[in-house]
Amino acid sequence: MPDQPSAANVTYRQALRDTLRAEMLRDENVFLMGEEIGLFEGSYKITEGLLKEFGPRRVRDTPIAEEGFVGAAIGAAMLGLRPVVEIMTINFSLLALDQIVNHAAKIYGMFGGQASVPMVIRTPGGGGQQLGATHSQNVELFYSFVPGLKVLAPSTPAEASAMLKAAIRDDDPVLFLENLALYNTKGPLPAPVEEIEPAEIGRAAVTRPGTDITIIGYSRMARVAAEVAETLAAEGVSAEVVDLRSLRPLDRETIVESVRRTGCAVVAEDDWLTYGIGAEIAATIQEGAFDWLDAPVRRVAMAEVPLPYAKSLETAALPSADSLLTAVRATLRATGRPVLETTP
Amino acid sequence: MAETTQAAPARARRTRGNGAARPKAAPSADAGTLIGYYRQMLLIRRFEERAARAYTEAKIGGYCHLNLGEEATVVGLMAALRPADYLFTNYREHGYALAKGIGADRVMAELYGRSTGVSKGWGGSMHLFDAEARLLGGYGIVGGQVPLAAGAALAVSYKGGDEVVMCHMGDGTTAIGAFHESLNIAGLWDLPVVFVVINNGLGMGTTVENSAAEPELYRRGAAYRMESARVDGTDVLAVRDAARTAVERARAESRPYLLETLSPRLKGHSVVDPARYRSKEEKEGLKAADPLARMALELEEAGILSHDERDRLDAEVTAEVDAAAAFADASPAPEVSTLFDYTYATPVPGELRRLPADPVFRS
Repeated sequence: MPDQPSAANVTYRQALRDTLRAEMLRDENVFLMGEEIGLFEGSYKITEGLLKEFGPRRVRDTPIAEEGFVGAAIGAAMLGLRPVVEIMTINFSLLALDQIVNHAAKIYGMFGGQASVPMVIRTPGGGGQQLGATHSQNVELFYSFVPGLKVLAPSTPAEASAMLKAAIRDDDPVLFLENLALYNTKGPLPAPVEEIEPAEIGRAAVTRPGTDITIIGYSRMARVAAEVAETLAAEGVSAEVVDLRSLRPLDRETIVESVRRTGCAVVAEDDWLTYGIGAEIAATIQEGAFDWLDAPVRRVAMAEVPLPYAKSLETAALPSADSLLTAVRATLRATGRPVLETTP
Repeated sequence: MAETTQAAPARARRTRGNGAARPKAAPSADAGTLIGYYRQMLLIRRFEERAARAYTEAKIGGYCHLNLGEEATVVGLMAALRPADYLFTNYREHGYALAKGIGADRVMAELYGRSTGVSKGWGGSMHLFDAEARLLGGYGIVGGQVPLAAGAALAVSYKGGDEVVMCHMGDGTTAIGAFHESLNIAGLWDLPVVFVVINNGLGMGTTVENSAAEPELYRRGAAYRMESARVDGTDVLAVRDAARTAVERARAESRPYLLETLSPRLKGHSVVDPARYRSKEEKEGLKAADPLARMALELEEAGILSHDERDRLDAEVTAEVDAAAAFADASPAPEVSTLFDYTYATPVPGELRRLPADPVFRS
């Protein structure tokens, strides 16, 4: 499977796969571990063709033992290798929570900086696939809470490539969060994959400048936010979109700088609202832009239920472009500014 | 002197219960080596006694687990390693740090929480680490170190090195999922790692019989087609020889090994535990199991170390331990200005470096 020419649109999946390959070609210390990533070529085919090309030493199928193989990756990283672990979905990462939180995140500090853990855990989250309550969660908060970890959540193929490179070359443990709903989405790459520059970890991006309201999202919801901003533009509303890209560290400056210009904000998140990522964003805004706010910060988040299987219920529970539009309009009305549109 | 078992026929083999395999005939070490082992054991004994004292003087905080009774196991295991071999261990690890070649002063300073400690005061008693000595950590979470050790062995194997990784754990660890997952992975991937279960009969106060459906813990190797053995942990030569077999097999054949040592814990689980769950008889019996007293007697009977020479050694290591405590006491506490130095190895923008009352935004 050759790399795509830079001008063409590639899928998020393809960008990830080609970036893994490029990094493995660049650095012999980079190797892959995970369930079904070799012979099966990945549950979501991110590692397609890589076993054939690199062999079982560097593309290592693991038993179903998240705690064991994540811990093994940490140990290998302590000795200078750069393991990239795939956990089939973020739901299963909970089985490795002790290794991620109590070990990967602690080893550098707890031993006074004597050993670092240059490891990446790639794992997709996201609902909307009718996979039921245990296979549809967005528990990025669990990791974003922990000093010592870095948590990235790119929303486009170009970002996925640049951020995966940065994650692999970083000396700290990085949770690299993908999203089931993004794998087939397409976007342009700025250059052939091997020439893409690694992103700077910890920087949000203003992906669409605007003046009336700030919409803050990440991963799938950053794309939904872009779509909503497009709809709003047609109605004469200028929405600014901030794609967080990195949940830890969090780029508070970019968020606050944007809200100070627009005077109001809505956070779009795929996780649950209570104690979720949006709560931290809202708290950040009130501390950094209180005097600039014309309306309370609203959050669009998943309904607080274990996500049901039935399509009708699942759809109702998940944030969407419609629900985000509703919250944005309500926030604009709450500012007391002259209303630019009349849609109820 | 160890009972050994190949995986497949393990169940068919007979075991000798408490596995009290004692060395008979000529000891497989010369007088100088034996005295050296005894001295190391004595150093650990005096170090731990000094640590217990410092704990009651509130010089040491947190938890403090001692190797009292485990000295022969510690010294025997470490004698089987080359300096380049890696060690992962748990929270009862002061003695291992000393026997791996780290100075008593830097170990004691870590217990005191000083910047001169092996982990610069960030780890404490449970989290000793020294990259140079290749002690890759004491770990406070039961079983947490076991997958890490498998991974370190994977790295050795990946790079084509000939180092061996040794990984210690207590008997209670054999009940945790990470133990099973790691031994399975090590067996599957032919990793050069020696898992050592230091069986002192008690996980805190719970007996092995009350926590393990197969209380002959070394037999668990059979589930992973892993060679395994059980050895008397009060006999330094038996431990060393069993560990050598395990380590050199791992080195030569890149195969994992499971070694169990039967090693008494003379005192409570930690310094603050009076071990009231132990009967009077049990406590009396422990005196007979003291590996240090036993070795002293054996060396004296063999004409290798007289009572006077023993006293001289004791004075020597006691002075060393006292000096370590003085060094620790005189060492500076870490500066508060270094609080944010070790969160990330690769610095990042946007990292909050705030103390509890500081605002998120300073402008």
